[in-house]
Amino acid sequence: MADLSLTGGQGVVDPAWLKLARSQPVGVADKPRRRRKLGPGRPIPYGATLGPVLLLILWSIGSATGYIDDRILSAPWTVATTGWELIQDGRLQENLWTSFQRSFWGLFWGIVAGASLGVIAGLSRIGEYLVDGPIQIKRAIPALALIPLLMLWFGIGEGMKILTIALITFAPIYIQTHDGLRSTDARFIELAETLDLSNGQFLRHVVLPAALPGFLLGLRFGVTYSWLALVVVEQVNATSGLGYMINLARTYGQTEVIILCLAVYAALGLSSDWLVRFITRKALPWRKILAD
Amino acid sequence: MAQDSGRLNQPPVVEVRGLTRRYGARTIIDGVDLDIGRGEFVALLGRSGSGKSTFLRALAGLDHGVPGSGRLGTPDAVSVVFQDARLLPWKRVVDNVTLGLNGQTPRERALHALAEVELTARAQAWPTQLSGGEQQRAALARSLVREPELLLLDEPFGALDALTRLRMQALLLDLCARHRPAVLLVTHDVDEAIHLAQRVLVLDEGRFVVDLDVGLPAEAGARQRRFAEVRGQLLSSLGVTGEELRRVA
Ligand SMILES: Nc1ncnc2c1ncn2[C@@H]1O[C@H](COP(=O)(O)OP(=O)(O)OP(=O)(O)O)[C@@H](O)[C@H]1O
Ligand SMILES: [Mg+2]
Repeated sequence: MADLSLTGGQGVVDPAWLKLARSQPVGVADKPRRRRKLGPGRPIPYGATLGPVLLLILWSIGSATGYIDDRILSAPWTVATTGWELIQDGRLQENLWTSFQRSFWGLFWGIVAGASLGVIAGLSRIGEYLVDGPIQIKRAIPALALIPLLMLWFGIGEGMKILTIALITFAPIYIQTHDGLRSTDARFIELAETLDLSNGQFLRHVVLPAALPGFLLGLRFGVTYSWLALVVVEQVNATSGLGYMINLARTYGQTEVIILCLAVYAALGLSSDWLVRFITRKALPWRKILAD
Repeated sequence: MAQDSGRLNQPPVVEVRGLTRRYGARTIIDGVDLDIGRGEFVALLGRSGSGKSTFLRALAGLDHGVPGSGRLGTPDAVSVVFQDARLLPWKRVVDNVTLGLNGQTPRERALHALAEVELTARAQAWPTQLSGGEQQRAALARSLVREPELLLLDEPFGALDALTRLRMQALLLDLCARHRPAVLLVTHDVDEAIHLAQRVLVLDEGRFVVDLDVGLPAEAGARQRRFAEVRGQLLSSLGVTGEELRRVA
């Protein structure tokens, strides 16, 4: 538009160019020019299910045509009917409940230990010197390598399983909480000084809210790790739980039970991750508007 | 001149004697003296890096561990407004204003302060939902709700656009006329300093090289002449040559 009036005003309009401009429908020419949008494009509702559904279809076709050997990978309907039978005789719920409890209590103690040690190390120098070193050393030792020692100390009962899960989950929670507390924005510390906040007010209004996102991120890692740890402890030594079911099924060559248990793991992992994200959204309402 | 007699009768709110501040081997503030009277509005100019913020942070008591000496007399109630509004993002605007507020009915006082900066409608918003100017107004409300005897402002409008800045300057004048704190305003903007302050200081090489009373007359013509005179004086003390001044003004 600006070009047109400029050249028009000087009276040196290129006729061919003008014709081109005139030949366009008025409506189109008047429309503000939109830039081509970069990025992957518009989201489709439930689009995220597309990939898994496609896999399921391929799996079904493969099984129906006999292309996939039943001993390698059971057909989806076999898995479904087996699942139904296991639910009816109560074995699935029973084992799932046992596993869930282990994971829950392990995670619970992991959160308690991780958050409180994180706060101790994050808020006091002495605490940091005492706590942080041993934890960094513990972190350097792969958690699985500790299992034999834990079995010697605590036997193979529930206590040892919960302890192992707690030991694995507390690390990310500790690290993120500690980090969140330590990296409180210096500008906000300065602000707190100019407002003459007491130590308690400073903690409550500035330090802890600033560390909350870190803690929640740690929690998200912790939840994922708790399922991972669960698999490990149950496959090492257990007489109940999902891991035990998988072990048993392997002995008898029941692929459909293994697949079923894997599906349950997936459901547990996905739903707990969703739960943590839900909690995060609720706990950090001021964050939401940034994402919108 | 009424100010002057007031300054003589009452003890000053700020009393600085031989203040020195060093960063490493460099002396940033080099033994300066300064009195600021009750309700006096002082602007502090200086080149970038001349030590204005260093001086202001010393007055605010924020310069922990910066070596130096001298005597600093400041009142108990000091408020600081920074260039960034520095609102806690996890607290709603009104809770940011109430933060650390003692005494009775903190919430009512906060809402009243927000009304003074015309932010009542945004009291329940999150700070990230405010525009830059609104954020700075909330910061002003937070500093004034404490009824400070001394208000320290470090380039409070530096990040705002020209129009918003103009409106904020008018607002600041209103608020100061009402609450009458002593004010030290650090700014880059010579015009802003002359318009707002009764007295302008220029910091250079760690010392106040200019300390003048603006004293703008009420009558328009005389006011313009005085403005131009003060402006030229301040700009030349800031190192702008007469030649440069003629070319842009
Ligand atoms: N924490 C610090 N450590 C070392 N040197 C510093 C520190 N803070 C400031 N300085 C130096 O002190 C000098 C004065 O800094 P100051 O921030 O007071 O300047 P200023 O006048 O406020 O500048 P501006 O107008 O750009 O804000 C600068 O040369 C700066 O490099
Ligand atoms: Mg500065």
